[in-house]
Amino acid sequence: MKCGDANMNERGTEERGSLQKTRSGLSLATVRKTLGRSGDRLFVYLVGLVALSTLMLVWLLVAFMISDSIESIEEFGFGYLTGRTWEEQKGVYGALPFIFGTLLTSAIAVAIGVPVSIGIAIYLSELAPAWIREPLSFVIELLAAIPSVIYGLWAMGALRPLLVNSVEPWLVKWFGWTPFFEGTPQGLDKLAAGLILAIMIIPTVASVSKEALRAVPDSQREAALSLGATRYETTRMAVLTYARSGIFGACILGLGRAFGETMAVTMTIGNSNAISWSLIDPGQTMASLIANRWGEAEGLQRASLIEIGVILFVIALLVNVFARLMLGRVLKSVHTTGGGL
Amino acid sequence: MENKIVTEGLNAYFGDVHAVKGVDLAIPANSITAIIGPSGCGKSTLIRCMNRMHEVVKDARVEGRVVIDGEDIYAPGSDAVEIRRKVGMVFQKPNPFPTMSIYDNVVAGLRLNGERDWKRLDAAVERSLKLAALWEEVKGQLDASGVSISGGQQQRLCIARALAVEPEVLLLDEPCSALDPIATAKIEDLLFDLKNNFTIVIVTHNMQQAARISDFTAFMYLGELVEFGITKDLFENPKEELTEKYITGRFG
Repeated sequence: MKCGDANMNERGTEERGSLQKTRSGLSLATVRKTLGRSGDRLFVYLVGLVALSTLMLVWLLVAFMISDSIESIEEFGFGYLTGRTWEEQKGVYGALPFIFGTLLTSAIAVAIGVPVSIGIAIYLSELAPAWIREPLSFVIELLAAIPSVIYGLWAMGALRPLLVNSVEPWLVKWFGWTPFFEGTPQGLDKLAAGLILAIMIIPTVASVSKEALRAVPDSQREAALSLGATRYETTRMAVLTYARSGIFGACILGLGRAFGETMAVTMTIGNSNAISWSLIDPGQTMASLIANRWGEAEGLQRASLIEIGVILFVIALLVNVFARLMLGRVLKSVHTTGGGL
Repeated sequence: MENKIVTEGLNAYFGDVHAVKGVDLAIPANSITAIIGPSGCGKSTLIRCMNRMHEVVKDARVEGRVVIDGEDIYAPGSDAVEIRRKVGMVFQKPNPFPTMSIYDNVVAGLRLNGERDWKRLDAAVERSLKLAALWEEVKGQLDASGVSISGGQQQRLCIARALAVEPEVLLLDEPCSALDPIATAKIEDLLFDLKNNFTIVIVTHNMQQAARISDFTAFMYLGELVEFGITKDLFENPKEELTEKYITGRFG
C-alpha cells in the first residue's frame, strides 16, 4: 500500500481520484506500469536466490566439516568410531564414549518421555473436553520454546538436589546390584541428562502424536464403539493401532532432538569421558564434548571434534529423514520444533 | 408380531439443532424395517439413538425412551457398552480396521468379550463370513488386510464383524451408498436371508431399495416421523400427502 502511494506521488495526481476508490487494485497497476515485466522477473529471481541460498549454506556447512575434520579422518580411519581414549598428551582420539553417551542418554529420554507423551496425546485427542484441550495443547507446545539453558539451570538447581537426596539413594538401595545403578549419587550424571532430555522431547513427541491421533477418522472409533468397546478399548484397538506409524515417527523425531541437544546436557551430564553403564555415573555425549572442549582445542583435537560433529550430523540427518518419511502427511499439519543441532 | 424396538417420545439434539422430533415407532422383531426420507431428515440420527451411538458425538443429547426387549436403554444404570454388544451397527462407508487382517476384523468384537479359544474364534469367522456371503470370496486370504479387498467386500466384512458378536438387532446406516449395483444387490440378498434370525433396521435414501427388501417402512421428514406401515401399503397407498409426494418424486 505504501509502495503504491509513493508511486502515485511521482506520477502526479491525475489518478488520485481512482486511487481512493480502488486502492489495492490501482497500486498493483502502478507497480506494473513502473516496473513492468522485468520487475516481476527480478522479484522471482530475488526470492528464488534467497531460497536457494539455504542449499548453498548446507553445502558450505558440509564442506567446512569435511575439510576441517579430514586430518582426524585420515589419522584414525574407521577406528575412530571404536576408539575409547581421548588424550591430548598422546594425541589419540576416539569417539566411542561419546557415541555411547549420546545413545544411552537418548534411550533414557525416550524410555521416560515417550510413554508420558503418548499419555498426553491420548488425553488431548480422545478424552479432554474442548475447554481444556486448547489451553493445554498451547502450554505443551510452549514448553518447546523454552531455551535449553533454562532447562539446564532448572536441572542443576532443582532436579539435582532431588536426585542426590531421594531418587538416586533409593535406586542404589534397591537396584544397586544391577550394573545400571552402581556408584555414589552425584546428581550430575547420565540419569539427570536423560531426565532433562525426556522433559525436552515431550512437547515434540506429544504434539506430533496428538496430530497423528486426531488424523484417525471417526469412522474407526465408531466401528470399535459399535462392537461394544469401552473408551479404553476403542483407543487401544482402533485409534492407537491406526495411528501407530505416526506415533512411531513422533518418537523418532523426539529421538533426533535428544541426540542433538547440547546445552542442557552439558550442564547436567557431569562430563566424564569414561564409558560406564551406570546411570548415576557422569558421562559425555557427542554434543556436550564439542561444547566442553572446543574452546581449548587445536590441531588434531580440533579436527577430531569436528569429526564428532560430522558423525552427529549424519545420525541426526538420517533420524530426521526417517521420521519424516514415517510421518508423511501427519507432519504437514503441525509445526515441529527443531533439534538442538 | 412382537415388537423388538419401541421408541417413545424420542427427541435427539446436536447442540441447538433438534434432529429427531418426538418419534414414536415400534419395530417388529425378525423383520426388515426401512427408514426413508430426504437428506438431513434425521433418519441416521434416529437409528443411532437405538444403540446409543448418538451420544458419542460432541454436544449430542437424547430425550425420551428407546425400549428394547422391554428395557429402556436410556434408563439410569443402563450400560451403553452392553447395549452396543446386543445391537450391532454397520455404517455408511465401509470401516474395517486397516491394521487388522480379515480374520482379526471379524473376531474383533469377540476378543473384546474375552474370547481366546481359537477353535471358537475359527468357527465364528467361518459362520459370520458365511452369513455375510463373503466366505467363498475370502476364505483363502483370511490373513490379508481388512482393506485389501474391494469396497463391497469390505462392507460385507463389516457386516460379518457386526454379526460375529451375535447381536439381536442389526442397524444399517445407508450401507450401500458407497457401493456399485452388483455389490448392493449382494448385500440386499444377504439382509433378506438374515431377517429370520435378526431384527434389521436399515436407513436408505434409495426408495427402490426400501421397497425391494423391507417389510415395514418409516418415512421421516424434517426430524418427524410422517408415516409408518407395511412397506407395500406405504408405497401403494400412502396415508399422508407428504409421503405420496416423496415416493412419487414430486417433492419440494
